[in-house]
Order: sequence, then C-alpha cells, then structure tokens
Amino acid sequence: MVTGRPGATAAVTKARLRRRHAAERRFHAYAIAAVGVAVGLLALLVVSIGSRAYSGFRQTYVTLPVLIDREIVDPQATGDPAVLADANYLGLVKQALRTRFPDVTARSEQSELYSLVSMSAPDAVKAHVLARPQDIDGTVEFRFETSDKVDALAKGRIDRELPPEDRGLSDLQMAWADDLRAKDELAIGFSRTLLTSGDSREPERAGILAALTGSAMTLAVTFLLSFPLGVAAAVYLEEFAPKNRWTSLIEVNINNLAAVPSVIFGLLGLAILLNFFGLPRSSPMAGGIVLALMTLPTLIIAARAAISAVPPSIREAALAVGASDVQVVLHHVVPLAMPGILTGSIIGMARALGETAPLLMIGMVAFIVDVPKGFTEAATVLPVQIFIWADSPERGFVARTAAATMVLLSFLVIMNATAVVLRRRFERRW
Amino acid sequence: MSSTALFLALAAIVTASYFGGRSRALAVAGGRLARLKALPVYHGAYVALATAIPGLLFLAAALMVEPWIVSRVLDASLPEHVRQMASGSRALWMTDVYRYLAGDGAATAAAPEVVSYGEQLRALQRTLTVAIAVGSLALGAAGAVVAGRRIAVDFAARGRVEAVIRAVMGVAATVAVLTTIGIVLSLVFETLRFFDRVPVGEFLFGLRWSPQTALRADQVGASGAFGAVPLFAGTLLVTAIAMCVAVPLGLLSAVYTSEYAGSRARAAVKPVLEVLAGVPTVVYGFFAALTVAPAIRELGTQLGLDVASESALAAGGVMGIMIIPFISSLSDDVMNAVPQSLRDGAYALGATKSETIRQIVLPAALPGIAGAVLLAISRAIGETMIVVMAAGLAANLTLNPFAAVTTVTVQIVTLLVGDQEFDSAKTLAAFALGLVLFFVTLCLNVAALVIVRRYREQYE
Repeated sequence: MVTGRPGATAAVTKARLRRRHAAERRFHAYAIAAVGVAVGLLALLVVSIGSRAYSGFRQTYVTLPVLIDREIVDPQATGDPAVLADANYLGLVKQALRTRFPDVTARSEQSELYSLVSMSAPDAVKAHVLARPQDIDGTVEFRFETSDKVDALAKGRIDRELPPEDRGLSDLQMAWADDLRAKDELAIGFSRTLLTSGDSREPERAGILAALTGSAMTLAVTFLLSFPLGVAAAVYLEEFAPKNRWTSLIEVNINNLAAVPSVIFGLLGLAILLNFFGLPRSSPMAGGIVLALMTLPTLIIAARAAISAVPPSIREAALAVGASDVQVVLHHVVPLAMPGILTGSIIGMARALGETAPLLMIGMVAFIVDVPKGFTEAATVLPVQIFIWADSPERGFVARTAAATMVLLSFLVIMNATAVVLRRRFERRW
Repeated sequence: MSSTALFLALAAIVTASYFGGRSRALAVAGGRLARLKALPVYHGAYVALATAIPGLLFLAAALMVEPWIVSRVLDASLPEHVRQMASGSRALWMTDVYRYLAGDGAATAAAPEVVSYGEQLRALQRTLTVAIAVGSLALGAAGAVVAGRRIAVDFAARGRVEAVIRAVMGVAATVAVLTTIGIVLSLVFETLRFFDRVPVGEFLFGLRWSPQTALRADQVGASGAFGAVPLFAGTLLVTAIAMCVAVPLGLLSAVYTSEYAGSRARAAVKPVLEVLAGVPTVVYGFFAALTVAPAIRELGTQLGLDVASESALAAGGVMGIMIIPFISSLSDDVMNAVPQSLRDGAYALGATKSETIRQIVLPAALPGIAGAVLLAISRAIGETMIVVMAAGLAANLTLNPFAAVTTVTVQIVTLLVGDQEFDSAKTLAAFALGLVLFFVTLCLNVAALVIVRRYREQYE
C-alpha cells in the first residue's frame, strides 16, 4: 500500500488480520468438530446397539407349579429312561397352565393360553424328570421362559393401546399376563439361554453357544495355519530372500493381497476349497482356511515390521561368535521380534473374528442348532449369527442381535487390549 | 484308521526317529562330543525330517488322487441310468449313497442299487485307507533308516537341516503368490464359462439385471437378464455417498491429530479412531439397518420426500463412518511426513497455522492423500456386509440417494447364498462380478501404492 493515509493502511491491515485470525479459529474448530463427529458417531453406534442389548441379555420367566403326573410320564412305573424321554411333557405343561387358570375352558382360548410360555418349557420339564425321577407324582415349581410376545409385554415394548392384531397379543393373553405379574409370578432375569444354547427360530430359545464354538474352532484353524506360514514367510523375505524379481513380485503381491476385498476370498474358497478339493461346506475347516489366506498378508506385513526393527548389531554379534544364519534368525531375531509378531497376529485374528462376507460364500449361513463337534461339521460363527438374526422378522431377535453384537464387540475389545498390553510390556526401543 | 490316528502315528515315528538320530550321533561320538561335526540335536532333526518329509508327501499325494481312483474303479459299477444323469441329479443320487453309508435311518430303506454301490464304495475306501496308512508310514520308516545310516562323526547334519528350514520358509513366502494365482484362475475360469451363456457385451453394458434362471423352459420370464450396469451404478452411488462422508471428516480429523493436537490429545483421539476401524462390518450393517435407515426414512417423510426403507443414503453414510479411520490414519501419516522446514518457512513469512496447513502442508501431502482416498474407494467398493444389510436387492438404475439400489458385492452374496447348482448362469454370474470387482480394486490399489511410493521418495 503506497497511497493513502498511514492510519487507513493500519486499519486495513488490522481488519485483514482479524479476518485471518477468524479464519484460523474457524479452521481449528472444523478440525475439532470433525473429530467430535467421528467420536460421536462411534458413541451413537455403541449406545444404539448397547441400549437394545440390555434387554437381549434378559428374559421374562413365569413361575409355574407343574404336577408331574405319573399317568402321563410313566404309567407302567418302569423307571426306564427311554420311556421317560418319550413322554408327553407338553401335556404336563398344558395341564399346569390349565390348573393355574381354571376358568379357561374353551378350546380356542386354551390354545391362546398355551402360547404364553415358550416351547422350551416341555424340554425343561423333561430334563428335570430325567435328572430326578423321584419327583414323579410330586409338584415341582418351574421357571419357564415366556414366549417372545409376553417377554416384550413385560419389558414394556408393546403398546397396550394398539388393536390386538397389531399388538401380537390378544386381550385375554394380556389379561393373563397381567394376572401373573400381579401375583409376582412373572419375573425378568438374566437369560441363560443366550449363552447356553444354539440357534432357534424362536427368539426366547435362541442362543449364541453354537456360534461361539464355531468361531473358536474357525479361529483355531486360522491361527494354526496363518501364524507359522506368516512368520516363516516374513523371516524369509526379511532375512534370506535374494534381491531379485521373484522376491519383489512376492512383495508386491502381498501388499496387493492385503487390499483385496474379503468377499473375493469367499469366491476363492467356494471355487477351490469346496468345489475343487471337496472340503465339507459350512465347516470350520473351510472357513478357517479362507480366513487364514485372508489374514496372511496382514500378518506377514506386521511380522516383517517387527523383524526389521531388530537392530543389525544383534545379528552381527551372533554371527561373530560363529552362529549360522539360520541360528541367528531362530535363536535371536525371531525371539526378539516375537512380541511385535504376536501383537500383529492378535490384531489379525481380531479382524478374522469379525469377518462375515467370505464365510457366507462357503455356506456358513446354515441354520445351526447343535454345537459343532468337529472341524468338518457344519458350523456357523458369531458375526454370521448376528447377520442371520438381524435378518429375522421376529421382534425379539432385535434384542438378541444386539446382545450377540455386544458379546462379539467385547471379544474384540479383549483381543485388542491384549495386543496393546503386549506391545507396552514387551516392546523394546533399540 | 482315521486320518487323525494316521497323523498321530506319523508324529510318533517322527519323534522316535528324532531321538533315535540323536542318540545314534551320541553313540558315534563315543562320549567326545567335540568330535562331531554337528551337534546331536541336528543329527536328530535330520533323521526326523527324513522321516516326516517322504511320509507327509506321500500322504498328501495319496489323499489328492484318492477320489480320482475311487471314481475310476467304481464308475463301471454305477447303475446305467445314474451314469446317464445330469451332474446335479447324479450328485443327489450320491448324497443318498453317503447317507446310507453314514447309517442314516431314513436311508435304510434305500434302493438296492444304492445299497450295493454303497457297500462297494465302503470296501474300496477301507482298502485305500489301509494302503495310504501303510504306504506313508513305510516311506517314513524307510527315510529314517536311510538317514540314520548316514550319521557319522564328520556328517554335516546342520547344513542339511538348515537348507530344509530355508526351503520351507521360501515355500511359505510363495503361498501369497499361490493365493493370488488361485483367485485369478478361479475367477477367470468361471467367468469364461459364464460368458459362454451370456455375451460379454450384454453383461458389461446391459441395463437390466434380473438373474433368474428358469426351472422350466416355457416359464414366464424364463430368460434372466444379466446386464450389470445397474449394479455398477449402484456401487458407484453408494461409494460416492460414503466418500462424501469419509473424506471431509477423515481429512479434518487427520489435520487435527497431526497439526493441532498436543501429544496428549493425540494419544487420546487416535485410539478412538482406531476403534472405529476395528468394529466388524456386520456390526456397522446392523447399525445401518437398525438406527440409520429408519432415522433417514423418518427425516425424509417429514421433509415430504419419498425415501425407501433401504436407501442408498443409509448404506453409504454408514460405510462412510467405517472409512473415516482409514482416511484419517493414512493422511495423518503423510502429513507427518511433510518436513517441518516447509511449515517453518511459511510461519517465517507470517502465515497463520490454518494458512500453512491449507497452502503448504495439504498441497505437499496431496499425492499421499490422493493415494489414501484411492485405497478408501477400493475399500468402499469391496465392502459387503453393510450394503447387504442396508442397501437392498432392487437393481434400480438411478442416482437418487433416497432410492434403494443394489451393488456388485450384494449380488455376489445373494447369488451364492442358499442352495444353488454350481453350473447355472446365476452362480457363474457371481464369479463374473467377482472378477470385475477384483480387477477394479486391484487397479485402484496399484495406483494408490505407486502414488504413495513416489510421494515418499520425494521427501527422502
């Protein structure tokens, strides 16, 4: 500014400076806001799922005295477990309900009454009778799971003002439920079924045990394959590989493979493992191999970083006292790099634990009720179970899905925290 | 003998040969260990390897040819009408046989030919199992004997053992290459078979996607349409929405963590962003379907818009959240790599912090950020669970973010989940889509890696 009065120049400069400082503050605020939004979204995710998970971990139970009638269970008094196992326990439960509500006589009303309790009730009676046959002819108080609808009503998730067909519960059923509640026979408690049983079509009977077992078995296969392979490959590439085209091809390949969409690995598993090698569909074996191939690149990259962080002086010292190069690596480099390698592989395993898409391809979406007993049996895994439940129309499954999600997330948190602790404890700065 | 028992037996003779080799080396040394050229451990390991390698190789080879032998021997005794069957119904017939062999109650009333074939199969498999077990154990034992004879005072066992170790490591390193080859081969072969039925042009440029295959030839709508353009458009739409969310938020977060935050704020914020990256995609999908999609629908109805319950906006928005940490951590790295001298130069000229960031740091880091964004796009294109759970199946060719769209990955999953015949055009279409997906993401990744590497060299 050559022209103009000096005071005006100063004013212009001041105004511009103000603008620039305002712009500075705005930009700073944008940056903080971005972080805030990201953190807020994470919080929203956790809260929106977590708030529903609470009711998924809980279940409404009805306390009902059941007369274990010998006429129905074991009329000949044989005491034979085969006879006991075959008896009509549903009949006992129905009888107990009729005893509790003696006014209900019409057939249609009775069938409405029976649907208050879950279909798991006869199984509970059966288990009890098989365990304690001496209780036959006695009256035993049972805590049955209620049906999905009664559960929702007890948790206050059903609008009482709605017409019965939208509500899912008839007026009579609601009156019975209220009567039970008034007499303290309806209680909400921790749902053990969630953690002790497999999948079911009825939300109140569905649990994650089968999926958890499947996840553990699949991860075991993944770890047993990818850890030795990954460490061996990383050692080879860092310590032994000659610098040539083949080596650089392998390196480029590993980097690219790490970024291939996971669903592609599912296609690989379907075409090669299932259709070519004939591995059993839906098995933890096939799933584990697919996930191992998927995590291998990540694991190799992490292991290489850990190995290259070991300073050359260690290697030189070992070489100087006469160790061979393989001895240098196996006795010194790999043990020193092990915390880093383990950290990397735990993080890789955590990713594999949360992976869903490739497992859908190899048929792990099957409806699995029983806990898998072998690596070649049909199984499902926790994230796939979440996917299946999230797709189910029944209302009770929303809470179950949220609860299963919370279980999955807590496993991931534990694994990642272990990795962090491992890194803090054992990481050495050279 | 089950395969587990066989493995245990092999492991037992391998262990035995290790101890045998070691004690033989000790015996040869006659109490003066220093005379041995290699430590006894290496002699033991040498014998153990000589046992394990032939035994395992034979076992692997035998297991691979076993089905082939079975089909060669038993095809002749298949009933005539089964041999004429199409592969699908033949597989069904075989399922009956396997159920009979498994002692399934429902199959005991099986047709006599199923029973006779089943019994033949059972006998042959029993013979083969015994042969495999005997063969691999015998080969292992032979290896142990040969290797054991070679043990001598001046035998260089260590060099041999180390050569094997090195070779095994080299083989492990090639697994990644084999995986890539496997991916490419499986995708290409199935895609070529798909293009036998559906012309390439129709697949790549066709505007209608309705992958039904007819059960009967005269069915209404018997011919499925395999024009993938709606899927590509849907994928791009969802990806674009995701980028609109992720790029600004991710980049500004990176600006905060790398330029503004003190070391304590940085140590607090970075792990939180990493947590976002660690949440499984199926959880994001559930979040999208449970919370975001209904919220967007609600909002749309209040504004008088017609929002589908599975809108592209919900899927893309949640996918954007998933991608934020991806962009922020990569951009944070590249911004940290910008030399401090550039910033100091700008400050010396009187620039404010934001001016320095916008006019010096971001342009200097631009290639790296571009690489990060490319990687993020590739990630978004390949992302599956969020779109499967939140984007829907309707193959609409639209750019309206409130409409339901479908994506390449959704269709791959839908086509392959559930019962299917492996040979139908429907199944093969999934592989063609997979090939397109693989090719596109590969190009994006390579481009990103090249850009990032170039950029790194610039400041080193």
